[in-house]
Amino acid sequence: MIKKLALHVREYKKQAVLTPILVIGEVVLEILIPLIMAELIDRGIDGGSMPEIVKYGVALLIAALFALIFGVAAGRTSAVAAAGFAKNLRGDMYDHVQEFSFANIDKFSTASIVTRLTTDITNVQMAFQMLIRIATRAPGMLVFALIASFKIDAQLSLVFLCVMPLLLLGLGLMIRAVHPIFNRVFKTYDKLNNVVQENLAGIRVVKSFNRQEHEIGKFSGTSQKIFLDFSKAEKIMAFINPLMQFCMYLTMLLLSWLGARAIVASGNDAALGLSTGELISLITYSMQILMSLMMISMIFVMLTMARASGERIVELLDEQSDLHDPGEPVYEVEDGSIDFDHVHFSYGKAKDKEVLSDIDLHIKSGQTVGIIGATGSAKSSLVQLIPRLYDVTDGCVKVGGRDVRDYHIESLRNQVAMVLQKNTLFSGTISENLRWGNEKATDEELRHACKLACADEFIDSFEDGYETYIEQGGSNVSGGQKQRLCIARALLKKPRILILDDSTSACDMKTDAMIRKAFREEIPETTKLIIAQRAASVQDADQIVVLDDGHIKAVGTHEELMESSDIYREVYESQNRGGGLGEQ
Amino acid sequence: MNSKETRPMPAGRQRGFAAAAGGQKLKPGTIKRLMSYLKAHRLKLVVVVFCILISAAASVASSLFLQVLIDDYIQPLLMEAAPVFGGLVSIIGTMAAVFLAGVLASLFYSRTMAVMAQSVLKEIRDEMFIKMQSLPLKFFDTHTHGDVMSYYTNDADTLRQMISQSLPNLFSSLVSMVAVFLSMVHLSIWLTLIVLVFTGLLLIAIQNIARKSGQYFIRQQRSIADVNGYIEEMINGQKVVKVFCYEEKAKQRFGVKNEDLGKTMATANTLANILMPVTGNLGYVLYVVLAVVGGMMGIVGIANLSLGGEEMLTLGTIASFLTLSRNFINPIAQVSQQLNSVIMAMAGASRIFELLDEEAEEDQGQVTLVNVHEDAAGEMTECEERTGHWAWKDGEKLIPLRGHIDLDEVDFGYTDDELVLHDICIYAEPGQKVALVGATGAGKTTITNLINRFYDIDDGKIRYDGININRIRKFDLRRSLGVVLQDVNLFTGTVMENIRYGRLDATDEECIAAARLANADGFIRMLPDGYDTVLEGDGGLSQGQRQLISIARAAVADPPVMILDEATSSIDTRTEAIVQKGMDNLMHGRTVFVIAHRLSTIQNADVIMVMDHGRIIERGNHEQLIAKKGRYYQLYTGAFELE
Repeated sequence: MIKKLALHVREYKKQAVLTPILVIGEVVLEILIPLIMAELIDRGIDGGSMPEIVKYGVALLIAALFALIFGVAAGRTSAVAAAGFAKNLRGDMYDHVQEFSFANIDKFSTASIVTRLTTDITNVQMAFQMLIRIATRAPGMLVFALIASFKIDAQLSLVFLCVMPLLLLGLGLMIRAVHPIFNRVFKTYDKLNNVVQENLAGIRVVKSFNRQEHEIGKFSGTSQKIFLDFSKAEKIMAFINPLMQFCMYLTMLLLSWLGARAIVASGNDAALGLSTGELISLITYSMQILMSLMMISMIFVMLTMARASGERIVELLDEQSDLHDPGEPVYEVEDGSIDFDHVHFSYGKAKDKEVLSDIDLHIKSGQTVGIIGATGSAKSSLVQLIPRLYDVTDGCVKVGGRDVRDYHIESLRNQVAMVLQKNTLFSGTISENLRWGNEKATDEELRHACKLACADEFIDSFEDGYETYIEQGGSNVSGGQKQRLCIARALLKKPRILILDDSTSACDMKTDAMIRKAFREEIPETTKLIIAQRAASVQDADQIVVLDDGHIKAVGTHEELMESSDIYREVYESQNRGGGLGEQ
Repeated sequence: MNSKETRPMPAGRQRGFAAAAGGQKLKPGTIKRLMSYLKAHRLKLVVVVFCILISAAASVASSLFLQVLIDDYIQPLLMEAAPVFGGLVSIIGTMAAVFLAGVLASLFYSRTMAVMAQSVLKEIRDEMFIKMQSLPLKFFDTHTHGDVMSYYTNDADTLRQMISQSLPNLFSSLVSMVAVFLSMVHLSIWLTLIVLVFTGLLLIAIQNIARKSGQYFIRQQRSIADVNGYIEEMINGQKVVKVFCYEEKAKQRFGVKNEDLGKTMATANTLANILMPVTGNLGYVLYVVLAVVGGMMGIVGIANLSLGGEEMLTLGTIASFLTLSRNFINPIAQVSQQLNSVIMAMAGASRIFELLDEEAEEDQGQVTLVNVHEDAAGEMTECEERTGHWAWKDGEKLIPLRGHIDLDEVDFGYTDDELVLHDICIYAEPGQKVALVGATGAGKTTITNLINRFYDIDDGKIRYDGININRIRKFDLRRSLGVVLQDVNLFTGTVMENIRYGRLDATDEECIAAARLANADGFIRMLPDGYDTVLEGDGGLSQGQRQLISIARAAVADPPVMILDEATSSIDTRTEAIVQKGMDNLMHGRTVFVIAHRLSTIQNADVIMVMDHGRIIERGNHEQLIAKKGRYYQLYTGAFELE
């Protein structure tokens, strides 16, 4: 996993490598400084020599200056490397998602992709910065401080070897005890957030059913669980500071006792044994050693937390699109004919659950075809095979007489415009949204497409017309207006095949009819597939396909189906009950 | 894995930070109010303060100890020919006792504060949720979900950090600094002055870096919010991107934003990263200055002025002072970082209190809904158990529940300056089916929102069985109204639990019967675990299937009046026809308000109201309206005029 993630460091490799080097430099200086300080005390102050004080003082200042330079430089390089790494990773992931097929997107779900691109990347970035900066600093500090103290007095330094395992053992035990609790807490947190989110989305339901108390009960149960678990974890974590203090004080006392005896024995002469200055240095090192041990254990904890995020990122990056351009792609789509030859289809790995079975359907270029069927009868699945949003499991789908798998995917999709059932507008002006269909479309073309989609009237009624800003998700236009804009956007592609997947459900019948009329008159060459709930929407189609549970039940014109298909007749009559409509 | 996805997007999280760092004005009394939560724990707090003092004292003692050790023990021992270490043993023993007390004290206060923080947090969280449940719909209309979520995540989190970590740290740092300061004064006033001057300079440096890094962090948060917002929007529309082959364009636009974020992030983090090296290394400068000045004083023999009296600077004193100076500088960096988090927490608390202070839904209704027994003479008596007969209880008077709803000259606007409903008059007799027809935005849904008092009307009257609905307790009013909405909201839980949401004491059999009525039984049985299938997120159900479950949910509630707002819009017409039949049975003899796009589903309504721009422009039954050849006629025949 780490190897795979490291690939994305790229142009920031220089900073990523430089940081540990700078950090080591900083560490060496920070180790040197107490040595200089010891000399300053011993030779300068103790020796009562002003020149010595100045000499070591200057040395100390120079060391501090370099430590400052190294420290600041490392701070800069680590920040640049980490931010750059995150930027590359984010960009690479985003680009990778762009290659995803519908099947890939379904597999991950939108929310999961978004979390991976946001929260998970932030976690990994923090871990990375820590890794290159603190993870070299702490062990470096540990090693150098140990070396330095052993140089001062090997015997006394054995004290560290006694205290270190104590601290490590304590920290290890704590982390082991706390880790599972924290994992549980985070899961409970997700649950709590979920309750809040569901309540936000469903506040009308909660209020209409008077379920406030019920919801509060749910919430406070989860809240209580967080309280208990979190308290438990924090109680354990609360040992860290005292443990650290304990080890520090213990070292100090041991060093004082042993140090004092050593100093007395040597007569406070550094050459013979230990001096007071050296004792002070030893105590300084002891703090550095213990601090770096604590940091190492913290890094360990943070890295295990980031590991989950890293895995989720790699999982996304490893996902390969299952749709590929063929070796020698065809770029031209002959005409708008569509043929389904004994097509079978199932989603993802659920091979046993066939969504479409043995679909055999032939549509001539320029025809209007209506598709009708109950909820879950696989109408959308059927049409999504045409622009090759999914691949068939068996059989083949042909557009313009060729298997869709022979086409260059982009060329194919440019000729097959589809208005999805769950369609989206993006934040931006109306004309920006429309130009998704054709970037180079002139204002004239925009207007024309909107006129066909019956969108021109309401757009003109807006104060800013085509420059009206659409909020995210199109929340500031009505459902019917949104649908019409989506149709206009698709029309701008000037496609050979136009697929409307229940795209006029929020428009009133009159508008619906006007759109169909415009289609018939203005784009007669385009093959039109219309999925609809309303029989009226497909009544005038050249053929109507009745789907039921993934099978074609009947194909024919309105009149034929009224004769032959029970399902169609039922649908039609249920919608025109008590109608007496013949008179028009 | 699934539960992870429900985490709120960081985009929501940014807001609090930016607001905090941007110097958002604190709600007055925030600190006092926050402290009031700690009041319940005041006994513990007293002990905690005491413990912090002990712990800080121990830490100061540790830095003073070195001087005592060198001056009072090592130096004299050096003079002696045959050193006796008895004194040394006893001082080390004493120190061990002091240190032990310090460690225990800090263990105690860390644990206590951690638990206290959690308990305060739980209290605040629960209060927020209870408050949220009581808020009027207007609140939810004017706040985005991300915004509300961040009360529970970002804002609450800043509080946790502050109470359990920053507050004790800040306090103990300050105590240490004061103690160290006193010790320094005790050792040497001259040297202390140098420390003070230097500290002043250091603070200025820290402040400058911190301010600049703060600015960049705000920019970074904005940039993150921007990028995350873009990601959210584009990934949500990813299928559209694919259909339009918009991938390259999307990559380009993202690249620009991403690049910008990378740059800001690098600068912000650089500034944060250099704070520590700068403080630490400048501390060494102080060290050298002190050594030089101290050494000079010691050697040249300038009299040292200290609280301990006027005497020569000893070697031990200088060494101690040097250690003390480090102990004085280190907490400064810490405090400056803690202060930042305290300010952020205050901003968080301020936001939380704003939520807690939001005006709750008003309810002055006195009239309640009760079960009654009806004897042969039509005399009603109130009773506890469910009888299927209901009555309004107005004081002592019992008025039978019939489902008679009148709207009389009702005006309403969501905001004060714009009315969306004008002069609405609807008289629904018990058992009538009233249909509302009209374009999106004509005000159909608004009318139903007024009947169950999601919003209060500006003018006019709404009466339920002759009682002004303002006089009915909201709980009872809503109990008497069943609602099925176009946007289905199911809750995480099993299918059975979701249906039972309509009436918590419904038996499994009653729930299944309701599902049958809604024609949902068939597909529910096909689910992997039938009625015990757990619904999470989308749950793999189609919109139509979710709608069927929500109809079953309303059916199990068995309310006398039903509001169906596009309840069957995602259901195919055949299923709809079947559901309709079931609902007609259920609603027999009860009042129903129906909003529907498909005119075919409302043809049998007793009254059809045709709405346009907040006004009722036509009313009557299907035949009357067709005969009238007005708007309804146009709508109805619109689909066929092109034949």
